Amino acid sequence: MTAVMPGRLVDQFELGLDAPICLTWELTYACNLACLHCLSSSGKRDPQELSTRQCKDVIDELQRMQVFYVNIGGGEPTVRPDFWELVDYATDHQVGVKFSTNGVRITPAVARKLAASNYVDVQISLDGATAEVNDAIRGRGSFAMVVRALQNLKDAGFRDTKISVVMTRHNVEQLDEFKALADRFGATLRITRLRPSGRGADVWDELHPTARQQRRLYDWLTTHGDGVLTGDSFFHLSAYGQALPGLNLCGAGRVVCLIDPLGDVYACPFAIHESFLAGNIVRDGGFGTVWRESELFRELRSPTTGGACAKCAHFDTCRGGCMAAKFFTGLPLDGPDPECVQGYGEAALAGHREVPKPSIDHSRSLPLMVIDRPPSRACDVNPVSELL
Amino acid sequence: MFDLDAPWRLHPQVALRPEPFGALLYHFGTRKLSFLKNRTVVDVVLALPEHPSAREALRAVGVDGIDRYRKALGVLADSQMLVCAA
Repeated sequence: MTAVMPGRLVDQFELGLDAPICLTWELTYACNLACLHCLSSSGKRDPQELSTRQCKDVIDELQRMQVFYVNIGGGEPTVRPDFWELVDYATDHQVGVKFSTNGVRITPAVARKLAASNYVDVQISLDGATAEVNDAIRGRGSFAMVVRALQNLKDAGFRDTKISVVMTRHNVEQLDEFKALADRFGATLRITRLRPSGRGADVWDELHPTARQQRRLYDWLTTHGDGVLTGDSFFHLSAYGQALPGLNLCGAGRVVCLIDPLGDVYACPFAIHESFLAGNIVRDGGFGTVWRESELFRELRSPTTGGACAKCAHFDTCRGGCMAAKFFTGLPLDGPDPECVQGYGEAALAGHREVPKPSIDHSRSLPLMVIDRPPSRACDVNPVSELL
Repeated sequence: MFDLDAPWRLHPQVALRPEPFGALLYHFGTRKLSFLKNRTVVDVVLALPEHPSAREALRAVGVDGIDRYRKALGVLADSQMLVCAA
């Protein structure tokens, strides 16, 4: 990111843009895994999922609005039968695609197809640098599945795969190992913050990095952070001193948002909850109308006032932290982030708070076994797998 | 140093999106984003292809303080947002 000519972009971004810079689009709630911390509580396909035609209409509108790229996720987006058709449609219409996957469908043939495209980025989710740490969160066999996908991409000549890691109490100490793993596959490491969203709410207390680990993460980022992506998700750590590179601001409804598999538009990918629902692209006149006219988004597009944080000397660097992290831990939105590095979050968490109930959940009732072998014949594919 | 006397253009893979503060530039090849933080610099970038040199584009837009804009255009050239058309 570069900025040309003086002036603080943060001040502009607080007021919102005419269209998002990029947005997250969860194409399906269906998933072959059942990760403990899933932001979108995915598992079962929702029968109300947008059709192929409706998805293409969304892409047409994103093209008109000049949304340059979408981060496609899920669920596991590649299990949608029309997934590659939609990726091709988007890149043919000046909408670049970065998609997140657990690697399940990244076969050698798919890897070759991806290597032939100039406009698709692939981001593979991994939450441990060893099978032991990863599989405890993402399910048995999921580490091997990722390594196989990375190998297939490398063998096909696909360049610069992203390996996306959610930082937890069990993997902060593996940062150097993650970097080495990424280097081994010619990939770029991306690390993001664990949010107490979706099923993450159930495990956040046990999994979020300790105060000591947060410091270690900050120090690692300031010394090794060149070439490591963060999705600008650690801006709450800026209150340690030096601001981290990127946008140190909550972009929810201002420069980013989320479209869910049903066409519901939420303020950010970590806020799939009715309190952050701006509208629906089918019922409310299209994505552009929701983005421009939603009452919720208009409210979010005002300067952050800081509330209880306004008097803190660090407010200007951390901007009060992450809205979703506060909401899902039952903290007031104008107070400190639950992981405030100045310690105000811990105090707030110790006080009286009510954690909001999830308003949407597609989790399976039973955890699934990970199928860690690619099908070798067509009849090896579970015939109902597309219906899940 | 950015060559003001050369002809410059937006890279063919770069899209420009107007915004109230100026514009966003996105490079589909490098996946990099740039922010043009005022409207004058947007006018300059849009005027580049119509002029045989950046200097003439700056003159046509009527900017004050060529050095500031030379620096701005240099940043865009370094990040491959602008390419020399010579």
